[in-house]
Amino acid sequence: MANNFYVSMSPHFHSGDSVSKNMYRVIIALIPAFAVSLVFFGWNALLVTAISIASCVLFEWLIAKFLMKRPCTICDGSAILTGLLLAFNLPSNLDWWIVVIGALVAIGVAKMSFGGLGNNIFNPALVGRVFLLVSFPQQMTTWPKTIFQMKVQEAANAISGASGAVADATTGATPLALIKAGQFDQLPSYLDMFVGNTGGSMGEVGAMAILIGLVYLLVRKTITWHIPVSIMATVFIFAGILHLGNPEAFVDPLTHLLTGGLMLGACFMATDYVTSPMSKKGQIIYGVGIGVLTVLIRTFGAYPEGVSFAILIMNAVTPLINVYCKPKRFGRLKK
Amino acid sequence: MRTFTIGGIHPPECKLTAGKSIVEMPLPKQAVVLLGQHIGAPTQAVVEKGAVVKTGQLLAKAGGFVSANIHSPVSGKVNKIAEVVDASGYPRPAIFIDVEGDEWEEGIIRSDKLERECKLEPEEIVRKINEAGIVGMGGACFPAHVKLTPPPGKKAEILVVNGVECEPYLTADHRLMLEKGPEIIVGIRILMKALNVNKAVIGIECNKPDAIELLQHLAQPYPEIEVMPLKMHYPQGGEKQLIEATTGRQVPSGCLPIEVGAVVQNVGTIFAVYEAVQKNKPLFERIVTVTGKSLTNAGNFRVRMGTPIKELIDFAGGLPENAGKVISGGPMMGKALASLDAPVAKGTSGVLVMDEAESKRGQASDCIRCAKCVSACPMGLEPYLLGALSEHKDWEGAEKVHMMDCIECGCCTFTCPANRPLLDYLRIGKAKVGALIRSRKQ
Repeated sequence: MANNFYVSMSPHFHSGDSVSKNMYRVIIALIPAFAVSLVFFGWNALLVTAISIASCVLFEWLIAKFLMKRPCTICDGSAILTGLLLAFNLPSNLDWWIVVIGALVAIGVAKMSFGGLGNNIFNPALVGRVFLLVSFPQQMTTWPKTIFQMKVQEAANAISGASGAVADATTGATPLALIKAGQFDQLPSYLDMFVGNTGGSMGEVGAMAILIGLVYLLVRKTITWHIPVSIMATVFIFAGILHLGNPEAFVDPLTHLLTGGLMLGACFMATDYVTSPMSKKGQIIYGVGIGVLTVLIRTFGAYPEGVSFAILIMNAVTPLINVYCKPKRFGRLKK
Repeated sequence: MRTFTIGGIHPPECKLTAGKSIVEMPLPKQAVVLLGQHIGAPTQAVVEKGAVVKTGQLLAKAGGFVSANIHSPVSGKVNKIAEVVDASGYPRPAIFIDVEGDEWEEGIIRSDKLERECKLEPEEIVRKINEAGIVGMGGACFPAHVKLTPPPGKKAEILVVNGVECEPYLTADHRLMLEKGPEIIVGIRILMKALNVNKAVIGIECNKPDAIELLQHLAQPYPEIEVMPLKMHYPQGGEKQLIEATTGRQVPSGCLPIEVGAVVQNVGTIFAVYEAVQKNKPLFERIVTVTGKSLTNAGNFRVRMGTPIKELIDFAGGLPENAGKVISGGPMMGKALASLDAPVAKGTSGVLVMDEAESKRGQASDCIRCAKCVSACPMGLEPYLLGALSEHKDWEGAEKVHMMDCIECGCCTFTCPANRPLLDYLRIGKAKVGALIRSRKQ
């Protein structure tokens, strides 16, 4: 009998979990939000998403093969996920070449230059998005109206008899821009904001769809509640205090929660494994930080929206949080 | 239902042999009795080549307080004292005995009659346990009499009986509880007397409802013995985790269980105590689960120490064609064998034959910092960080983040989606940090 056995150290069991399974679970969780973007922004949403994913995967493959000369990693799903999240952070009427530039920055600069998946400091999709925002401010802040908003407008025009009088008929202000301008009375209803019938980046508008995805991730134990809940709670409490202090100047906290990229950021961007803290305590501090920074930027900053910046700033703080926030240790103190 | 509070995982149970009664294994032709079957000082052989020995006769004497006698598991003639590759993969000294018949040492009571009464004084009980060479039979092999002798100033308050068997596949303790329940209850009462404690708790995971029910029934006349069903949760059989699950007390980092007044003994150890004290029988046989998905006759066998593992597998239906790995112990903490000539020792709780397909490790990739290892670690450590520090040979840094607290349960490696061999790095780190601490003391 030949004794040719595998000899390795314990454990000899594995959970069967893998990096790609986690990535594909997040992608599955994004399907409802994608469906919402298709409903409200039509074929443009599909086009931007397809370009974004295709160019992210292509850049990862090119860089891994020709620059880093290491095994191809596109099958782990992380490039697809980055592409999807980048697209979700863009207006659906963005020119295709701007999307490609965003993908190059996300994959090339934010991810691969640090050594690929697991080694990046900042969330790649957000780096891509913020790069586009500061480079192409005009294109990045011209938001198309949703299909339903346009239908309503057409109906209104037909009734009033006006035709083609409104020049910017296909684009409109986002709720956050209205808040920045102080036009609280023109805000869409909570219901519109909840289902996604407002202007904005294509994946961020449908709060309900994003929450469905969050529930899926929590049930599959892909993420824990700590980061999304602490972000949402902080935004709600902080914005609530401001609103109570001066309802004229500060919008109500529920509007803060339902508008802009907050839901998408809290559930899918801030929870990125690589760039968020390791301990539960650290994750809560990180979430609170994102919440506070978001409200500060939205309320007192130059930009109407602050989620991307808040997450990137807290990404930078994450290594420090990891040093100071340790998990609860067994038997660490006697009394 | 109770369990421990930090981390832990839920591996598949795979208890294939839970319904298989204990079967007596035939004697081997040659027994290979290792001279080191425990943690602590090595033993000194007291027989020489050519000596004729009886079953139960002393073969090697304990080499110190933290050590354990070794008795002959068979009768026959000492063929040689030479080295054999044991479960650790290293050659170790062993006594090879050619088996002739099965003649037992006088004084050992071979009847199965239950002996309830024990009139011995506590010191006398501990002495008998010491002489019988009993060690912790859950796998750690720590000499039992040492645990029964609390250091000065420390007092035991509770005896925690480990019937958890949280390792997948293993069913030896489960079967023992089902088939030797009354003996285990007597053994617990003997140990309570030896420790002078008036409380004992038997922790059993709820995947063994038959054992829980039986022991609850048997313990009814003794209100001081509590049978506690525990939630299924690996590594609940770990000493510190079990103490927390049953008593709510956390053993402080770097301390022994006696620090919180607890003494933990495995049910296998308790049965050995019963046999040693009531039947004068030294520890030379044990229950071994021989299992694996492709074994045709997997089961729970009563095996003499020194039986080569190859014979156990043959008895269980022979080595399957697709065998890829043979493990001494369970899949979470067991040791993969390099050679099937390795003999059964006091700590061999199981032999697991894994198929080739499940024997290979997955390809490791970069850490994605998902923190699943941090959530899984039952000691509340950061395995990703310890692994990285170990990889970069930063032993001082690893010491600061409590490398020595690791209990090597394997939850981190089990759970890692990137297939990183975290525990491999942690083992190296523990060895290096331990050496660093020792060198500082000198």
